[in-house]
Amino acid sequence: MKLYRGKTLRWEVREGIIELTLDRAPANEIGSEMLEELENFVEQLAAPSGDAHVCIVTSARKAGFSAGADLRELYQRAAPLPEKERLAGVREFLERIHRVLNTIDAAPLVTIAAVHGVCFGGGLELALACDIIVADKMARFAFPELRLGLVPGFGGVPRLKRDLGNAFIRDLLLTGRSVNASRAHAIGLVAQLAGEGEALRVARSTAAQIAKFDTGTRFAAKKFIKPVPYEELRREIDLFCELFARPAVMAALKKFVESSDAMPYLP
Amino acid sequence: MRTLEQTTQEILTLAAKHFGVPEGSLAPGDDFFKKLGIDSLQALDLLSRVENHFGIELPDYEIQGVSDFQTLAQRIQSRL
Repeated sequence: MKLYRGKTLRWEVREGIIELTLDRAPANEIGSEMLEELENFVEQLAAPSGDAHVCIVTSARKAGFSAGADLRELYQRAAPLPEKERLAGVREFLERIHRVLNTIDAAPLVTIAAVHGVCFGGGLELALACDIIVADKMARFAFPELRLGLVPGFGGVPRLKRDLGNAFIRDLLLTGRSVNASRAHAIGLVAQLAGEGEALRVARSTAAQIAKFDTGTRFAAKKFIKPVPYEELRREIDLFCELFARPAVMAALKKFVESSDAMPYLP
Repeated sequence: MRTLEQTTQEILTLAAKHFGVPEGSLAPGDDFFKKLGIDSLQALDLLSRVENHFGIELPDYEIQGVSDFQTLAQRIQSRL
């Protein structure tokens, strides 16, 4: 799996480090095309080549790591469908993205998210599936889903609960506000802060350090300290689908799609 | 503690430096979206710089509807 260049992402393996670079304009919104390419990627990740120790997930987009789910695509595909088919389509997408993120979460090598700019919604959920988050000091993190009448649907809340105190999670989720990287570091969401533009460099340095240790020991330690909350992740899908069935959600998505602003659901 | 005027001036300096415009070209009452030609993504970037500079957290819902430097300064002042 030495090199792959797709429409929304690319990856390459160099000196034992896999670098997955998201690159879909404008801000790595996660839609069906990226989902398919991520599915191809994680097939490789589940059984990496012998010399791969660490995987870094990063972004080539100036706007940031990822602004989350492609809400425009979601609305455009869902709107013309009768309710039953709409909900079936949403559930299918969620189950697929969950399989991708669960594979990253449980991967037999260390995963590092190198984050800059916006890391919102599904983008934050991708970062949370990784073992370590390195963030550029200008990065921002948010779960804005409540604005659309939804909750995070890509596994964000179960993974946040695994890592952080409930009080902060309530603030983040119930206000939908974004927090800067310094705050995220202070509460333990971000493991390491980097200077502006330096997240990938710091992630590579961290990867080189991690690569020094025995592979088997690393994987055993990771499995011990980072259980994947499978049951809660399944319940999250059910909750998301239940909320998605409400008319307010399609109305909120319509308003989002009709806005010309880059981030129409903020603040 | 900073006065509101000092806070406002610091924001103007910060914005001018980051977005590459002459400092004297920005005034407290200016709409920063229009004057700097930025969108809400870039406004978030400005928010991060402001938070880092002043050592505060400013929830984005507190700046909902805020588009001028003077009002932004008032929001920041209340967090100092």
